[in-house]
Amino acid sequence: MPEFREHISCRELVELTSDYIENALSAEDAELMEQHLNYCAGCERYVDEMLRTIRAEGRLREEGVPGETLTPIITAFRERRRS
Amino acid sequence: MSPVEQDQRADAAAREEKELLARLRAGDERAFESLVQSYHGTMIAIAGTYVRTRAVAEEVVQEAWLGVVDGLDRFEGRSSLRTWILRILVNTAMGRGTREARSVPFSSLAAADEHEPAVEPERFRPPGQAFAGNWTAFPGDWSLLPEEKLLGRETLEIVKARIEQLPGAQRTVIAMRDVAGCSAEEVCDLLEISAANQRVLLHRARSKVRAALERHLDA
Repeated sequence: MPEFREHISCRELVELTSDYIENALSAEDAELMEQHLNYCAGCERYVDEMLRTIRAEGRLREEGVPGETLTPIITAFRERRRS
Repeated sequence: MSPVEQDQRADAAAREEKELLARLRAGDERAFESLVQSYHGTMIAIAGTYVRTRAVAEEVVQEAWLGVVDGLDRFEGRSSLRTWILRILVNTAMGRGTREARSVPFSSLAAADEHEPAVEPERFRPPGQAFAGNWTAFPGDWSLLPEEKLLGRETLEIVKARIEQLPGAQRTVIAMRDVAGCSAEEVCDLLEISAANQRVLLHRARSKVRAALERHLDA
């Protein structure tokens, strides 16, 4: 028989956080998660930290490519697109 | 965002991509350079999961870019430009990985390392105690940190280094999703993994990067 759960612990919540951000939780789990976040400042911080982590990861995309790497690729583009 | 706004945004993205493709085909170097700038780092991270050394990963990515340049006229726009580029990369890296005998099917990599907790169990009250499973001490409040602390050079280096140390499949998925900005569907399609598998890999990878940031920021 499926267990009916009234709440989840902080320890369980951290395992659902990425799926929650992905919007991939079942309706039941999403509801349990939101109820928990309503009263738990610690988990609210945890979810916030995860969102900020993902934002920092996205910043890596803006890193410059060093010239010695870039130059041969651009040169190949120039030569091959010309021919 | 409303469905209409979503459609408008998708239309705008499709128009932009069409323009970019036309510029690339016309030999516009600046357009090509910006493309390389956008994806090179992610491609290195992905290539590194298939081959042994950073140097070989660099070679694989160079080779993949040549494949992109040569294939521009054949690209039919059935997928996004990004998916098409990453597919060329994955194919190049897999070919190279096979020659290096380091080709492991992605699904088997993905199944490894079961039961890794996102946060060390010691951070929660033990079973049997009152409030079992609750935090013993709350995580730090990063909203109080100045922006430059969170997105500054030093912090980003920690994020980058932690991603590079992740097991292969986790590294590839997080690089595609959170760094390159691919959708979950694109990643499943590129790596031929299930939606559930993609989510597990992403969850584990993100949890480890967050933990590394926590050690740095709360220190």
